[in-house]
Amino acid sequence: MSVPAIRIQGLKKNFGASEIIRGVDLDIHRGERHAIIGPNGAGKSTLFHLISARLPITSGAIELKGENVVGLKPFEINRKGLSRSFQITNIFHNLSVFENLRCAVLWSLGYRYSFWHRLAGLKDARQRAEAVMDDIGLGKRRDTPAGILSYAEQRALEIGITIASGADVILLDEPTAGMSNTETEEAVALIRRVTEGKTLVMVEHDMGVVFGLADRISVLVYGQIIATDAPAAIRCNAAVQEAYLGTTLNHD
Amino acid sequence: MNAAILSRGRLAVWCSCLALAFALPLVLKSGFVISLLCQIGIMAVFSLSYNMLLGQTGLLSFGHAVYYGLGAFATIHLLNAIGKGGGPFTTALLPFAGGLAGLAAGLLLGYVTTRKAGTTFAMITLGIGEMVAACSLMFPGIFGGEGGVSGNRVVGKETFLGFSWGPQVEMYGLIVLWAFACTVAMFALTQTPLGRMANAVRDNPERAEFVGYDTERVRFLMVVLSGFFAGIAGGLSALSYEIVTAETLNAHTSGIVLLIAFVGGIGFFYGPIIGAILVTVMQIVIGGMTHAWLLYFGLFFLFMVLMAPGGIASLIAVQRALWQAGLLGRMLPHYAATTLPVLILLAGLIGLVELSYALLTGDGSEGPSKVMSMQLELKTPAPWLTALAVTGIGITLTRWIGGRMRHEWNATLSTLHGDRS
Amino acid sequence: MEFIVISLLNGITYGLLLFMLSSGLTLIFSMMGILNFAHASFYMLGAYFAYQISTLVGFWPGLLVAPLLVGAVGAAIECYGLRRAHRFGHVAELLFTFGLAFVVEEVVHLIWGKVAVDYRIPAELDGTLFTLFDTSFPIYKGFMMLISVGMLVALYALLTRTRIGLIIQAALTKPDMVEALGHNVPRIFMLVFGGGTALAGLAGVIGGNAFVTEPGMAAAVGSIVFVIVVVGGLGSLGGAFVASLLIGCIQTFSVGLTISITDVFALIGVQLPEGSQVARLTITQMAPVLPYLLMVAILIFRPRGLMGARES
Repeated sequence: MSVPAIRIQGLKKNFGASEIIRGVDLDIHRGERHAIIGPNGAGKSTLFHLISARLPITSGAIELKGENVVGLKPFEINRKGLSRSFQITNIFHNLSVFENLRCAVLWSLGYRYSFWHRLAGLKDARQRAEAVMDDIGLGKRRDTPAGILSYAEQRALEIGITIASGADVILLDEPTAGMSNTETEEAVALIRRVTEGKTLVMVEHDMGVVFGLADRISVLVYGQIIATDAPAAIRCNAAVQEAYLGTTLNHD
Repeated sequence: MNAAILSRGRLAVWCSCLALAFALPLVLKSGFVISLLCQIGIMAVFSLSYNMLLGQTGLLSFGHAVYYGLGAFATIHLLNAIGKGGGPFTTALLPFAGGLAGLAAGLLLGYVTTRKAGTTFAMITLGIGEMVAACSLMFPGIFGGEGGVSGNRVVGKETFLGFSWGPQVEMYGLIVLWAFACTVAMFALTQTPLGRMANAVRDNPERAEFVGYDTERVRFLMVVLSGFFAGIAGGLSALSYEIVTAETLNAHTSGIVLLIAFVGGIGFFYGPIIGAILVTVMQIVIGGMTHAWLLYFGLFFLFMVLMAPGGIASLIAVQRALWQAGLLGRMLPHYAATTLPVLILLAGLIGLVELSYALLTGDGSEGPSKVMSMQLELKTPAPWLTALAVTGIGITLTRWIGGRMRHEWNATLSTLHGDRS
Repeated sequence: MEFIVISLLNGITYGLLLFMLSSGLTLIFSMMGILNFAHASFYMLGAYFAYQISTLVGFWPGLLVAPLLVGAVGAAIECYGLRRAHRFGHVAELLFTFGLAFVVEEVVHLIWGKVAVDYRIPAELDGTLFTLFDTSFPIYKGFMMLISVGMLVALYALLTRTRIGLIIQAALTKPDMVEALGHNVPRIFMLVFGGGTALAGLAGVIGGNAFVTEPGMAAAVGSIVFVIVVVGGLGSLGGAFVASLLIGCIQTFSVGLTISITDVFALIGVQLPEGSQVARLTITQMAPVLPYLLMVAILIFRPRGLMGARES
């Protein structure tokens, strides 16, 4: 129980001469919903890229459920139960909604690189993909190519692909970016529903979403975490208020 | 769940295709047509295997002939080695050995090529293809040097179910069987987890990595499997032509299979089959009429890249969608109206090319030369001006009428998509 | 010793010629993201244009006019063909240039026939520049070196001293940023494509008569140039330079080495079993394969290429 879902120690990342992540230490507890906030350019997305191995780290340590994951490839980390979404929608454009989700569940169901199973005969894959499809409200779009979905639908599909494999650590990168108010409300309800009982880490700009969803919040400023605490405490934290200078901490 | 590979509707279509393929030689008995059909069958398997890479996995290969050629060489050597010891039944199974050779080559070369995707993959396959082609000239003992390796597919006097494979029509039957089996297998592959993940890797390799798949491994497996089917196609060609030359595995063969798959349509499973039929028929029919056939073919390919990158199959698919939406009737008069100007334009252009060709390759003597079944004075301006005028009229008319067709086309398409959503 | 010096000189001459091709290819790729499959076809066009001009007015006007003509053809193709293919993505562009290579070869067949044409070294340059030991080094090789180096210096000056050069240089490392700065104007693309193809054309003008001018020359050189770009590292001019010289030298040295693989192993004290076909091969026989073997080795041990910075 005491082993955190993700433990980050002394994490640094340089792009050439510029330091983007300047020594981050962070523990994400199992089963918590953790939000990472911070001004633009603070390195939030970069932090996600480092955890999910999309970018190589410069130095430091990252542990996933007590296991060192530095140097692993993205697919290896995914197989250890970490799944992530992207800020810029990252789906299989020419495949239908259903196929997108089925692709996302195949590995975790153990079908690997099989060319001796017939997809249409894989009941478990179909049922899981359909369950997720209904969960994210795209049941009616089952056979629509993902590339011609509306923006909000693509965002929902992005979350669907991320959670479909049943990973227990979920990273969501700005899940509500670019959505209208109603769409955001639906997205928040969706995220709450599908991450029940899982560890969730999210980067988010919409403070309404952050304070509504998160159990704990970390504030990342210029590549360092200046505070990690419960939402109420973060709201009154002097350092945080200084960093934000009262700009966006109020619900907007 | 039913365990069948094909749904009932598909099964009906596929069986009728098989029946048609078997019935063709009963109607068209000439040896010329039988050879043509044999070549179509072989090229269909070869280009389908190519499309496993380009269409399904998004891998543009310039060296696919390597697997085809090695399969062919393996088959012919095995045929010669077995010789009298085997029988017609063994011979019929030899293309499988070709497939295994292609598979082995895929295991070896795929390891190097699939380390990269995209443009780099294309360059590396070109290099590997050239390397194998150069090697083939270094070892005349194996690859037969300039003359190639020949064999005889009739072994001994015995027959298998009455077949010795000697007559080309029997060979055709064998090709149909193999081609059908390979097509079913390759289609089945598209319906498996690996086949679907190949599509996913094509669409978005990064996302595929983040749902747990090693994209390099997916590409590698697809290259290996596609090498297997290309090897079978090569084996069939070895049996059919009874000779294998180094040209079977060089860049030219790799280029042709790319052209066939693309012209047919890489976005559809059956696209390469259409391409194989179309290109083989064109090659033999138009190739028999003019020396400039490859130029026409190249220009046709460029035209397809620029105007219809989905290939013939996508054009068919769009017409089908229009027909189902009841919109095809709206387009038909426009298609008909555009045909004439395009024909005029083509006539003009072909005239120009053929005139130049006759002038440049002619003996330079005075007097009329035979161009396109006409006696023309090449050194006088009349034929040239006529061809130019026809071309000019063709361009003008095509622009005018084609512009109206495009307008209608866009309107119809937007109606079609509007209905859908 | 004599063999080494002469082969080195020949190798550098050939390598510089290859760099005229690979540098254009690299520039076009870095700037436009297009791998110009037809690049060697422009090399061939350069040789044939120069041949045609030399039969009409002599070699020297062709030296200037033929590359310009090739560049104009390249620019026109970029403007009317490639730009259209660009809308369908990189694969369509690559396929377009592939089809183009096909068409150019057929056009050459059509106009100049299927056999080699008699494109000769001009009389002024025919002769011996100097004699080293017992082997003579032809004037024309020296002339080729002079032209290549001159071109190289001009290219370097263009890239480092002019505004457009700076933009192109920036595009080598940060293509997205250059695009974002609003430099992605079609005219620069056309210029780069035209310039790159003109460079290939010039290589054809001076290479066509040193080697042979025939319809197969594009395919022969084309795959070698691709090998160079992979070995050097995609998008790296420096890498292309080193790899060009390396491949140039490998090819000239290997052609002159008649020792067999058995001999090579014997040199390091390993006795190969007699009789196998591989062991009896001489280095000369292996010459055509060596560049590709080098490419495979690079891909296995250093997938980025010698000096490549960018992944694929």
